[in-house]
Amino acid sequence: MKFERYGIGVLKGMAVTFRHLFRPPITVQYPEEKLVLSRRLRGCELVWYPEKCTGCATCAKNCPQGNIEIVTHVGNQNNYMVDKFEVDTGRCMFCGLCVESCPYEALAMGLCYEGAKYRRRDLVMAKEALAISDSRKPSAYARPTIEASLPKQSLLVYWDRTDGGQKLSLFPLSKKRGRGV
Amino acid sequence: MMTLLEEFRAWLSAALPEWAAYLIAGIVGIFVVLGFVLTLVIVFIWYERRLLGRFQIRLGPNRLGPEGIFQPIATALKILIKEDVVPEKADRVVHWLAPIVVFVPVLMVFAVIPLSQGAILADLNVGVLYLVAVGSVSAVGIYMAGWGSNNKYALIAAMRTVAQIVSYELPVVLSLLGVVLMVGSLSMTKTVEAQVVPFIVMQPLGFLIFFLGALAEMNRCPFDLLEADSEIVAGYHTEYSGMKFAMFYLGEYGHALAYACIITTLFLGGWRGPVLPPFLWFLIKVVAVFSLIVWLRATLPRLRVDQLMAFAWKGLFPMALINIFVVAVEMLWLVDISRWLVVATNIVLAVVLILAWSRLFVLGRGRVEV
Amino acid sequence: MTLKTEPFILNVGPQHPSTHGVFRMRVTLDGEVVVDLEPVIGYLHRGIEKLAESRTYTQIIPLTDRLDYLASMTNNFGYVLAVEKLGGIKVPERAEYLRIIMAELMRISSHLMAVGFFLNDLGAMMTPVLYMWREREKIMDLFEMVCGQRLTYNYMRVGGVSQDIPDEFLPALKRFIDEMPRFIDEYEQLLSQNEILLVRTKGVGVLPRETAINIGASGPVLRASGVKWDIRKADPYSIYDRFDFEVPVGSTGDCYDRYWVRIQEMRQSVRIVAQAVKQLPAGEICVKVKQPLRLPAGEVYGHVEAPKGELGFYLVSDGSIAPYRLHIRPPTLINLTALRDMVIGWKIADLIVIFGSIDVCLGEIDR
Repeated sequence: MKFERYGIGVLKGMAVTFRHLFRPPITVQYPEEKLVLSRRLRGCELVWYPEKCTGCATCAKNCPQGNIEIVTHVGNQNNYMVDKFEVDTGRCMFCGLCVESCPYEALAMGLCYEGAKYRRRDLVMAKEALAISDSRKPSAYARPTIEASLPKQSLLVYWDRTDGGQKLSLFPLSKKRGRGV
Repeated sequence: MMTLLEEFRAWLSAALPEWAAYLIAGIVGIFVVLGFVLTLVIVFIWYERRLLGRFQIRLGPNRLGPEGIFQPIATALKILIKEDVVPEKADRVVHWLAPIVVFVPVLMVFAVIPLSQGAILADLNVGVLYLVAVGSVSAVGIYMAGWGSNNKYALIAAMRTVAQIVSYELPVVLSLLGVVLMVGSLSMTKTVEAQVVPFIVMQPLGFLIFFLGALAEMNRCPFDLLEADSEIVAGYHTEYSGMKFAMFYLGEYGHALAYACIITTLFLGGWRGPVLPPFLWFLIKVVAVFSLIVWLRATLPRLRVDQLMAFAWKGLFPMALINIFVVAVEMLWLVDISRWLVVATNIVLAVVLILAWSRLFVLGRGRVEV
Repeated sequence: MTLKTEPFILNVGPQHPSTHGVFRMRVTLDGEVVVDLEPVIGYLHRGIEKLAESRTYTQIIPLTDRLDYLASMTNNFGYVLAVEKLGGIKVPERAEYLRIIMAELMRISSHLMAVGFFLNDLGAMMTPVLYMWREREKIMDLFEMVCGQRLTYNYMRVGGVSQDIPDEFLPALKRFIDEMPRFIDEYEQLLSQNEILLVRTKGVGVLPRETAINIGASGPVLRASGVKWDIRKADPYSIYDRFDFEVPVGSTGDCYDRYWVRIQEMRQSVRIVAQAVKQLPAGEICVKVKQPLRLPAGEVYGHVEAPKGELGFYLVSDGSIAPYRLHIRPPTLINLTALRDMVIGWKIADLIVIFGSIDVCLGEIDR
């Protein structure tokens, strides 16, 4: 084993790192700057449409974890009334099989990704917590109809371009913070 | 010429007895230098993290204060309030003493470094010798840390340290001798004054050898074997936490700063420079050397331990011997004719030796039959 | 007088910066030299094979995501291929192409991780890792756009893929494959000719051709030893026979060759993706299969060329909705059996490098 090439290899490598010194950083200052995530994001909460749900429990059958608990009784129009619809998001692995299998599109993945809780029991989400509301938006995972209504995902491929996606901030060092979303 | 400290002492002794003036001037001088060094170390910690971040297309610490300048202080606070853990079967005295033995010699180095014209704590006439003597004491501390921790990773690091620092001491000292030969004195102030042409131009090979040796001495990449985080976790300070770890941390950066200062003084002309004030020139050069060190750290992988030793003994050591021999001959006959003739010969020497060594020199043996 | 020395035992792992997960090596050292090595695995055992026996065929797909979590798409691919082989299910054209695109992007992503962390193990202080993560991030963005997650994709289905690609996918992908070769050049420029890298990896941890074949190694580890064996060529599955690509082969089987083979494979994968994008037809993305799927009783072995080697799924069906037995042949577990032979006599620093050059993923080894 010899030191061939007189150290030129070392210099070449140093040239590469030197070039990177002048490239803008690709990291994002998270709480201030937020990227737009995928429209099909399988976020950390399910979104449930109470009026569409018939209580057929297809989602529960398709869950690999057996994680969805549904209790129903027969209502006065000979339909199922959902008494209990409970998901333990602590055990959920967000595979999306329940959403894909729902025949009435009554369940969707959520767009939320900030699901930290202080207690483990807070992770168990019941009917009211799962229901769709203004703050809990469904994602377009397996729901192509709402895909166009969601903002475009920011892509690193376009990080210094403007011809698609959201432009990432080039100079995150500047005083002005919190562009992003 | 009197140094600033001597002028201060003379001013004091007008009002105070001689011994009191001596004592007060000494203490004030020490605190000024300590303050300067520790501030610079803190700034350098921040600077390295920021620069490394930029090399790696990320940001580095940027939260606390403008551009994250207070981050090292926050880190220091965090480290200070951490629990001080000592392993159960550790040698407590050695474990406790090691950080001090590492840290103190680093500070002592700065006593002989001329920070500006006349701004030197002790203008020893054996300044270079003092540097070499004090600079290698911290190896003992690192060995103590490794030995006293009762940890196998730390022990491996300790063994590596001794081998590494003892080996690299030789080429470092030999390349320093080239400088000493040119100056004709061991005094740091005289070295700076002698550099009408910086010694990096006068003996590029000597600079290269000293720089590589210094990288090994201060345990920086690509010679950072004793804390090789991918191999032996954290090396000698695996079992350290709290203030003791902070001492190692400061010692490490202090070491880097010390060697940046030494390289500046011995090879880059110290505080000499046009237009700008001397102190600023000194700082600019130190930062430049430190940036080069960080740049290397951002790029290079590290050598293996046997290759490291081979590099010292088969690579740098003979080169340094040839270098010192050639410099001696030049000082005897050539320097009187023209200084630029010396520069030309030394550049040719550097190129020829590097070419020859990359052809001849074989690193390590590789696999060992067991 | 001879000094009395004795070897000492060092536990590298399960918590160690360079064991790429929870892998433990019980190393006997003579000074710095490795005398003996005993790998200890099982710290990440989750019983995926057993869990699969109580899941329907569709429900197993998310489980395969968690095998080699750096190459989830390929795991999905291997599994659905095995199921389709047993069930005789024909996959639509467009789905085949989408699968190829995803699998090859996954290969690039996995190799970027492998090479980056291999260089990090050599001591290159995160820089190559962060450069390579930049490109990996772009791939992750694309995957996230298609299937909504960045690590556990759960994208392939028995009979096709779960969703069609959105409109903005192809322009982004084209941009990526345009610029990727330049980035690979840059990685090569960064360290491929670096003297320190060369002395650290050339001739280190040689896996001879015969040994590699005998232990059943596969993937880049096998090809670096000079065996031209790539399942994409040797036993073309899906539609790999339609693409024009080469199989890079090393010569000596040392760490440098394994590094080099991975870099070259990334280039070839970019080529395949480019061709697939050009040929991508329109049409259905998934055939309807009856849910829950019942396979005819029987057994099948389906294998794919995963980034790390041959990933095989051995499936036994008894005609019910769940497999009777699912056995997974993880490539890195087999490749890892060569570790002991490769490291003995080398230094502890080489141990880390050799281990890194095998490119293991503990999720797959322990299952």
